[in-house]
Amino acid sequence: MATEHAVPAPGGISCRELVELVTDYLEGALSEPLRARFEMHLAACLGCAAYLDQMRATLATLGDLAEDGVLSDVRDRLLEAFRTWSRRA
Amino acid sequence: MTVIDRRADRVARGDDPALLEALRARDEEAFVEIVSRHHRSMLRVAALYASSPAVAEDVVQETWLAVLNGLDRFEGRSSLRTWIFGILVRRARTGGQREARFVPFSSLAQQETAGGESAVEPRFFADTASSWAGHWVSNPRPWTGRVDQRLLTAETHAHVRRAIEALPSAQRAVIVLRDVEGWSAAAACEALQLTPGNQRVLLHRARARVRTALHEYIDGD
Repeated sequence: MATEHAVPAPGGISCRELVELVTDYLEGALSEPLRARFEMHLAACLGCAAYLDQMRATLATLGDLAEDGVLSDVRDRLLEAFRTWSRRA
Repeated sequence: MTVIDRRADRVARGDDPALLEALRARDEEAFVEIVSRHHRSMLRVAALYASSPAVAEDVVQETWLAVLNGLDRFEGRSSLRTWIFGILVRRARTGGQREARFVPFSSLAQQETAGGESAVEPRFFADTASSWAGHWVSNPRPWTGRVDQRLLTAETHAHVRRAIEALPSAQRAVIVLRDVEGWSAAAACEALQLTPGNQRVLLHRARARVRTALHEYIDGD
């Protein structure tokens, strides 16, 4: 149980509310006053700072999944179509 | 460096005019490049409108033919990607409507943005009776440093892939285009014909579910 904060919650946002604002925060879609309160909470709350860190790590992992994975038979079929097209055109 | 090399270099960097120029010159490498760049995303988008993976494959294949046939008339006012996905979505929609099990994407998006869905299960927060109402019962721990190496493993990637596959389809399409393929919010809204608000709700729910899956994997044992 975390006991390092006094009630009320920092920034006037509870942790439970903050996690629902994380995407809007990362997308730059929060209003300026709300962004300031979000960051005020974050600066005072280890749990939410860790949550945001986990979300950033999640995004980094998602970004690692991109790969050039077109099956070779699909590629061959498309190349065949391309060759037909370039001969005709 | 030859002219061809320089062009190949610009094509590899994703330079649209260079790619277009190469495609119009019937450069096979350029075609392979653009296919490998967009084909998987196109399948994801087509799958939203199609009743089966086979139908989605057909729609994407037809789209490539339409792209080739339209290439010489394309004026480059939009990006190549926007143009290609515009063709894809138009084809997927008309194809989808002819099929019995067609589910309009707009209704999927509506279903998946409706209702309250918590990013983190309520049990992780102190309840309203507590003076700590809404605070973490137990603080999450940062993953960086502690599990950086683990996040890079094939096993982690497999977990994340499974989490993505388990998502409702509109959420899956949004997170794949945005976070896997690296599209901008505007490009995803345009390809999927979503409002910016709905796009963010879908992205938020999808990211939260994938984080939860990673949390269970990393912190669960």
